[in-house]
Amino acid sequence: MGDRVATRDAYGKALIKLGEINPKIVVLDADLSKSTKTDGFSKKFPERFIQMGIAEADMMATAGGLATAGKIPFASSFAVFATGRAYDQIRNTIGYSGLNVKIAATHAGVTVGADGGSHQSIEDIALMRVIPGMTVLNPADAAETEKLVFAAAEHQGPVYIRLGREPMPTVFDENYQPVIGKAVRLREGKAATIIATGIMVERALLAADILNQKGTSVRVINIHTIKPIDSAEIIKAAWETGAIVTAEEHSVIGGLAGAVAEVVVQNRPVPMEFIGIKDRFGQSGTPAQLLEEYGLNPEHIVAAVEKVIARKDS
Amino acid sequence: MLTQAQIEELKERARHMRGHIIRMLAAAKSGHPGGSLSGVDLLAYLYFYKMNIDPQNPKMPDRDRFILSKGHAGPLLYSALAEKGFFDKDLVCTLRQFNSILQGHPDMKRTPGVEISSGSLGQGLSVANGIAIAGKMDQRPYRVYVLIGDGESQEGQIWEAAMTSVHYKLDNLTAFLDYNHLQIDGAIEDVKSFTDPRARFEAFGWHVIEINGHCFNEIDNAVTEAESTKGKPTMVIMNTIKGKGCDFMENQAGWHGKAPSAEEAEQALKELGF
Repeated sequence: MGDRVATRDAYGKALIKLGEINPKIVVLDADLSKSTKTDGFSKKFPERFIQMGIAEADMMATAGGLATAGKIPFASSFAVFATGRAYDQIRNTIGYSGLNVKIAATHAGVTVGADGGSHQSIEDIALMRVIPGMTVLNPADAAETEKLVFAAAEHQGPVYIRLGREPMPTVFDENYQPVIGKAVRLREGKAATIIATGIMVERALLAADILNQKGTSVRVINIHTIKPIDSAEIIKAAWETGAIVTAEEHSVIGGLAGAVAEVVVQNRPVPMEFIGIKDRFGQSGTPAQLLEEYGLNPEHIVAAVEKVIARKDS
Repeated sequence: MLTQAQIEELKERARHMRGHIIRMLAAAKSGHPGGSLSGVDLLAYLYFYKMNIDPQNPKMPDRDRFILSKGHAGPLLYSALAEKGFFDKDLVCTLRQFNSILQGHPDMKRTPGVEISSGSLGQGLSVANGIAIAGKMDQRPYRVYVLIGDGESQEGQIWEAAMTSVHYKLDNLTAFLDYNHLQIDGAIEDVKSFTDPRARFEAFGWHVIEINGHCFNEIDNAVTEAESTKGKPTMVIMNTIKGKGCDFMENQAGWHGKAPSAEEAEQALKELGF
């Protein structure tokens, strides 16, 4: 734990390893290969790299065609363009046909930083989650990214993988093995549960440490698979801790907050608080400034946990 | 060069396909006859003369692929697949019904022989490019055929894809433009003019051939010329008649997305010799 690695870098390295063992892997990019980190694959396997130019819609449907011919395409761009600009292609060509395309999108969330709100995807989880049959993955760190990229390639069907730009602290070591659809309990605790995804997992652990020092023990669950979500683990958390805080670097509308709340209210309603972006666009700034501005720091999670516990007891 | 006997057979297949289209739309009471009927002669040629396909083995790896980008002409594709034996011809009367294998727009998960689900316009040329790129990567012998609409060409993605086909020198891809000059809201030229498609595609770097899309010899010559054109994709601009083969529908924008009544269907079938 502790090194700072961007999940996009882990993706780029995983693709090269994957390319070596699986000849069906092909990679598409829309003129952002240096930023999405698919450029490593392109140099190693130029015959399996398809540069699409600045044409995300064309890229997604082309990936669909490649999948019908037996390839396993990974199509990459920034999350805002991959899921926004090419939404209809993902929905109608890839999703409706159930094609074996992997959409690996980088630069998700406000930690994109200086590029500003036009480039900070806060809605991609929501957009991908509503497509029937789409698997939605949001790795927490470099090790989890590598394992989930491999798992996505093994999985039959469309997968969305959400990745970040900014180097962030690592959480897991090489021996860690995530399974698609299975939540990971990282801390035991009784007073409440923090359910986090992506870069917020590490921040949730920091929040749990602060709470521990204050005498409050909280459970921490990592949801790397937002769809299909691990309902059993969420329901168990609701029964056993009686209060839930979700944490994501995404809009709380339609993202992890929505996904968890859908499970909770139908099975074991308990008080919930949401850490995430509250119906706003992003803006330019340093990642640190933006994490503070949008309420995504461990202190914000601590406050939300204290609030949810108070609601539980009232 | 097609023999007279081959042309006669294709004419008969096309006649039956038009019959399927009229019957299925009348039974469904909704759907798109105009742009289905304009493509019948091309599909009769592809499915009954040209393509290496096997209705018993619809996923045969080296099969030739036909992509219907203008998915609202689903009845056109279904008429060819039914006539070829991909599924029971009687199923055509289930078009657009609950639980039917023949959805309102093509659904590859339900219909044997449908290569890609379509219906949202502008995406099929990109899909065809993907299949053609895979064929080149693996040095497979198959060819990819794709039918796009003239109205559909108002979608920007068609032009993104047109750049891709040229950039990757997809000479294993032949595209057909169903140039029938009509779309739902009226004449193409009134809705959004499509001046000189030949010049447009040539400027993008395509090899372009312009033909009468209802003449089997012209279709055959164009497809043969496309096969021998190396280093670039071929666009066959087919001048067609929307509603072709049904007198009262021909060249009428009103028949883009309206099914014939029982009486109209009877009249159309009589005209076709049924």
